[in-house]
Amino acid sequence: MSETPEELHYASSHEWARLEEDGTVTVGITDHAQDALGDIVYVELPDEEQQVEAGAEAGVVESVKAASDIYAPVTGVVIAANEVLEDAPERVNEDPYGDGWFFRIQPDDPGELEDLLDAAAYDEMCSEEE
Amino acid sequence: MVPFAGWSMPLHYGSQIAEHHAVRQGVGMFDVSHMRVIDVAGAGANDFLRTVFAGDVASLARGRALYGVLLNENAGIIDDAIVYRTDDGFRVVANAGTSERVRSWLVRHASDETLLHPRQDLAMLAVQGPKAIDCFREATGLDASALPRFAFAWHEERMVARTGYTGEDGVEAIVPAEEAASLWRRLTEAGATPAGLGARDTLRLEAGLNLHGHDMDESTPPTAVGLGWTVAWGEDDAPVRRFIGRDALERQRRPEQVLRGVVLEGRGVMREGFAVATERGEGVVTSGIFSPTLGYSIALARLPRGSKGACSVQIRSRSVPGRIVRPPFLRSNE
Repeated sequence: MSETPEELHYASSHEWARLEEDGTVTVGITDHAQDALGDIVYVELPDEEQQVEAGAEAGVVESVKAASDIYAPVTGVVIAANEVLEDAPERVNEDPYGDGWFFRIQPDDPGELEDLLDAAAYDEMCSEEE
Repeated sequence: MVPFAGWSMPLHYGSQIAEHHAVRQGVGMFDVSHMRVIDVAGAGANDFLRTVFAGDVASLARGRALYGVLLNENAGIIDDAIVYRTDDGFRVVANAGTSERVRSWLVRHASDETLLHPRQDLAMLAVQGPKAIDCFREATGLDASALPRFAFAWHEERMVARTGYTGEDGVEAIVPAEEAASLWRRLTEAGATPAGLGARDTLRLEAGLNLHGHDMDESTPPTAVGLGWTVAWGEDDAPVRRFIGRDALERQRRPEQVLRGVVLEGRGVMREGFAVATERGEGVVTSGIFSPTLGYSIALARLPRGSKGACSVQIRSRSVPGRIVRPPFLRSNE
């Protein structure tokens, strides 16, 4: 059974979003997503200062099986990308909610996080998919 | 688990990459019982296989095996297979995905003196890797170390062949189905890592081995997919062997499109269907992976004859530089 931390927000496209104390939003993919993708071999991240739109493509994750787009869960500006993943994409498999984060956004409107799913709703969606 | 040619098969048992490395560095094993085993016997068996198989089994000694292709009348590849010369005939091991097509093709061309016996009662395990022979001996007491490549031996009704699909040393064991589970257990105890379809695909591609339905099919002659060497045309002074597809293949000895390897020099993963631009024109990826051993993406691609050097691969919105090579991508440990 995959892990779904209570305190995070979830997109139906399997990204998680965490509101940090400084008002930025950290984004990654869920434990369920990394497990479904299998071993991750390559991650394409957005550039710093890139403008991203909620629900629009912001990167790509490639596993041994397939390539999947990563969507920004909120609108804003990318202020950091996890460069560690360039050389160690397996971190996404090992620690999807920690070292395996993808990028951080300065959101235009943090209230957009409320449009996302909570942990229970996300788990329910995943169990319906299976 | 994934559906595969009517079977439900494991893509991996945990980590596809770990399974891949286990085969390259130690020993892994695959349950390949989906492979189609057909025994061919009777007075007509020899002539029959000399007709339906583009390789020539006439020179095949008992206890030896031959890799080759079955062609349709247009010289397209119905399947690739290994033919083993047994004491009373032959054993053909073909792919699962084409099994119905192969079965009906063989039935159609078999004479009254040829007996075809599809073996549903057997299981097949492939034990592969630099430590495969030692592991197999420890698990079974059977020593395959003296067997040359593409040779096999019988141990009562069990067949042990020095063959595989990974580019590594190893054996493929064809045993009564009811023995498979205990053999699997004993191999696990002897240190073999269970490996799934995913690792099987990355291992075979690193070794430059084609997969039917991807790198070749009934629209491609063997000369277009790097398998011209499996066709036995015969000596000039010998009577011409009329194998099926021969006439069509004579006209396709130098096809315009050929199979080559592509090594990606930028970031990303090549996948089946991606376009490849070369100096000689456009081509297409037929199989592409991220190579766990090499640490970058490799692919087989159908490219214009004579393509070499630099190329570029269209990976979604990006054009990524690559280099055209001759497979295999990896020298085996043998």
